[in-house]
Amino acid sequence: MAPPTAEELRERLRERLQAEHVEVQDNPQLCPGSFRVFVVSGKFRGLKTLQRHRLVNEALGEELGRIHALEQKTLTPEQWEEQQRPSLA
Amino acid sequence: MRAAVRTGWRIGAAAAAALRGRAGRPLSQAAGEGGGAEGGGGGGSGSREAVERLVREHPVVVFMKGSPAQPLCGFSNAVVQILRLHGVEDYRAHDVLQDPDLRQGIKDYSNWPTIPQVYLNGEFVGGCDILLQMHQNGDLVEELKKLGIRSALLDAEKDQEKK
Repeated sequence: MAPPTAEELRERLRERLQAEHVEVQDNPQLCPGSFRVFVVSGKFRGLKTLQRHRLVNEALGEELGRIHALEQKTLTPEQWEEQQRPSLA
Repeated sequence: MRAAVRTGWRIGAAAAAALRGRAGRPLSQAAGEGGGAEGGGGGGSGSREAVERLVREHPVVVFMKGSPAQPLCGFSNAVVQILRLHGVEDYRAHDVLQDPDLRQGIKDYSNWPTIPQVYLNGEFVGGCDILLQMHQNGDLVEELKKLGIRSALLDAEKDQEKK
């Protein structure tokens, strides 16, 4: 079973999580079917990390069966904004 | 507040020892959801009962690829290294590459698709990226403390203060 493409995952996550921002990195040469995802979504508000990751897993649905490894970073829009603010030294 | 507050965490060291001694029978009955009992030992190494027994046999249980001495995957290695940093060397590690039934069974049990999987006090905590986040934000020290395990990092800090 061929793994999904990064683009497929990106679209699915954006749609299903109404994500503000999604990044999906894959490394097909080094490790096919392994992905690193970064998702910013209001749906994460109030959820602990494990719950957020489960939400992402759910959003991936049947694609998850084709994924070999998954690393996640999940932020709410507020957290992401805070991270992006240049730090005042 | 990032600390995970689940009823399981409040179990003290004495109760954790009792859990270890019970081989999971009463616990698996409580946890059974549909399908009923698999019938002592006959369910295979990936059965819900078998997995339940494994996750409860020690406060820290890891399902990984390879062994702590020789991890066979970067993510599994990361888990081993993080635990080592905290001075946690005494834990149960199960190599899923040795047992395809267990490999599938542990994923069904936690409803989590990947390996490694870390269990603290019988509860699924997450994979390597979650453990790393917990390590970075101080949650792991706290969770270990609840298990009666003192993180080596606390002693490292203490030495610093003494100087």
